[in-house]
Amino acid sequence: MIDTKSILKMSLVSLKVNKMRSALTSLGIIIGVSAVIIMLAVGSGASKKVQQNMESMGSNLLTIRSASAKSGGVRQGIGSKPSLTIKDAETILKNVEGIEALSPVSSENKQLMYGNQNWSTTVYAVMPSYFYIKNYEIDYGRGISMEDNRNYAKVAVLGSTVATELFGDLDPIGRVIRVGNIPFKIIGVTKTKGSAGPFDQDDLIFIPITTAQRKVFGTAFPGTVNMIIAKGENSETLNQTEKDIDEFLTARHHISKNQEKDFEIRNSAEFQEKMQSTVQTFAILLASIASVSLLVGGIGIMNIMLVSVTERTKEIGIRMAIGAKAQDIRLQFLIEAVILSLSGGLIGILTGVIGAMLVEMLSSGLSVQISMFSIILSFAFSGIIGVAFGYYPAHKASLLNPIDALRYE
Amino acid sequence: MALIEAKNIIKTYITGDEHFNALNGVSLSIEKGEFVAIMGASGSGKSTFMNMLGCLDKPNSGTYVLDGINVTDLNLNELADVRNLKMGFVFQGFNLISRTTALDNVQLPMIYKGIEEEERVKRAYEVLEIVGLKGREHHMPNQISGGQQQRVAIARAIANDPPLILADEPTGNLDTKMSIEIMNFFVKMNEEMGKTIVLVTHESDIAEYCKRVVHFKDGSIISDEVKRK
Ligand SMILES: Nc1ncnc2c1ncn2[C@@H]1O[C@H](COP(=O)(O)OP(=O)(O)OP(=O)(O)O)[C@@H](O)[C@H]1O
Ligand SMILES: [Mg+2]
Repeated sequence: MIDTKSILKMSLVSLKVNKMRSALTSLGIIIGVSAVIIMLAVGSGASKKVQQNMESMGSNLLTIRSASAKSGGVRQGIGSKPSLTIKDAETILKNVEGIEALSPVSSENKQLMYGNQNWSTTVYAVMPSYFYIKNYEIDYGRGISMEDNRNYAKVAVLGSTVATELFGDLDPIGRVIRVGNIPFKIIGVTKTKGSAGPFDQDDLIFIPITTAQRKVFGTAFPGTVNMIIAKGENSETLNQTEKDIDEFLTARHHISKNQEKDFEIRNSAEFQEKMQSTVQTFAILLASIASVSLLVGGIGIMNIMLVSVTERTKEIGIRMAIGAKAQDIRLQFLIEAVILSLSGGLIGILTGVIGAMLVEMLSSGLSVQISMFSIILSFAFSGIIGVAFGYYPAHKASLLNPIDALRYE
Repeated sequence: MALIEAKNIIKTYITGDEHFNALNGVSLSIEKGEFVAIMGASGSGKSTFMNMLGCLDKPNSGTYVLDGINVTDLNLNELADVRNLKMGFVFQGFNLISRTTALDNVQLPMIYKGIEEEERVKRAYEVLEIVGLKGREHHMPNQISGGQQQRVAIARAIANDPPLILADEPTGNLDTKMSIEIMNFFVKMNEEMGKTIVLVTHESDIAEYCKRVVHFKDGSIISDEVKRK
């Protein structure tokens, strides 16, 4: 039996003889593997970024809003006729299980003023738990307390964007700003969260909800809030908690079966899942496009190997005349194809990793994540391609008749 | 027992509607240690017969027994083994693998025999020295003369130490001086190594080196003479 090592050596010699051709053949695989690595890196980078955004916005959230009421058949926007109250919030927390934290929220756009500085932003009227629910951390100073809510205190916590816009390098703590003409004392500034999509999560201020209801937000429906936001204890029970809140509020608002509900609950998990699956689809799409180029590289190998078999017909004849069996010839050409594809795969991994890093450096904001999995996957794939596309030419070579092959010029 | 025992070999080529008998019932027996020249006009079937002897082609009918093995019964893999172990080829066109060193060319039959690399390389150096190519081991075929290329081919033919050497016009592409050199190697292989040699040639000078001359005409043997020595 002829040993594989000797065939491997012969294959290497043959490939070395045709250096340029071998390099060009591998190029197809190099490009294919690089593309797969880069696309997978971009895909999982995007997926990770979305994940982070989601986490920064808070997870396991249930948002209860006043439902749009029909007035004269015309649907008005969600929250247009507020039906939720702070009392609703308090009783939900007391009566429904599975809620870790909950806060009623109202928000309005307001003009802020400090000295001659102006800034328009969204004012969030909240309970202390809101910071925890939405993952806002206090950078310095303190957050809004229950005490502030009980006392209708005119205190505000600034998002970092607002702090910079109004105060620049100054320490805002203890200073007084005007929120729509009402003076508020600044007690704290939150840590920068960055943006979620186009939305700057730091361009806002927080005030106690009781203060807002009494003094800042002029509402036609006193005591109501825009929404109630609740954080579930865990993702598994979130759907049940949603149902429980729904039942509880339906009963509490005395809504009968055939009546339309005056509130609406949104589940953040659903939204996050949708978002995740969108990103995943996008990543799969990218990887599929890249795989096509890898496939094209494989066809390139088959093409060149077929040319090579024809060109080396005489050599094959000589080998057969001096004792090579069909399987020896087949193995040699198959090994040549696999060497081409695997070496292309190795170089492709290198250029792919470098390429992915370049993508991250040169594009603004696109983050890439190179996984060991994608490297192993594309290397294995290039090997499989070598075998799959190398087999046919190798088999063709092995079927040659020695006498015809010897006569070939 | 004879090394080669060919009986009633018929080889028919079919081109279009035409059937053409390149070999017309050839019978030939060659003993171990013989040095046979095959002569005849162009197209008389010499190469066709050599291809039969070399197990490269199968006859349409007739039997061929080589070294006690009935070759006509063998499958393709077994034929490859017979070619590898029982015979060495020397062709008119040298038939070395291009852009491959003399050393690697000579190793080929040993690779297909399954000999370990260390032993293979040692033997390749040895046979290259026998054919007078010491120092040329790492030359490519296009870096040496035709005579030297044919000597590499001879080295390759004897690498596995087969009993039979088949040579189809081995000096056909060489000038007189080189032809003499090559023929001296054949004599040496026959007399010193005890190889049985069957050699096709057009030239009577070359046939002079042989001990027996077989003449072909139109696919049949018309004369078979053993020379006195
Ligand atoms: N593959 C083939 N197909 C059809 N006819 C063939 C084939 N090979 C050989 N022949 C014919 O068989 C006959 C014998 O050919 P062969 O090659 O054996 O002659 P030869 O004696 O070796 O001639 P030369 O001295 O020119 O080499 C020729 O007439 C040739 O045309
Ligand atoms: Mg001939």
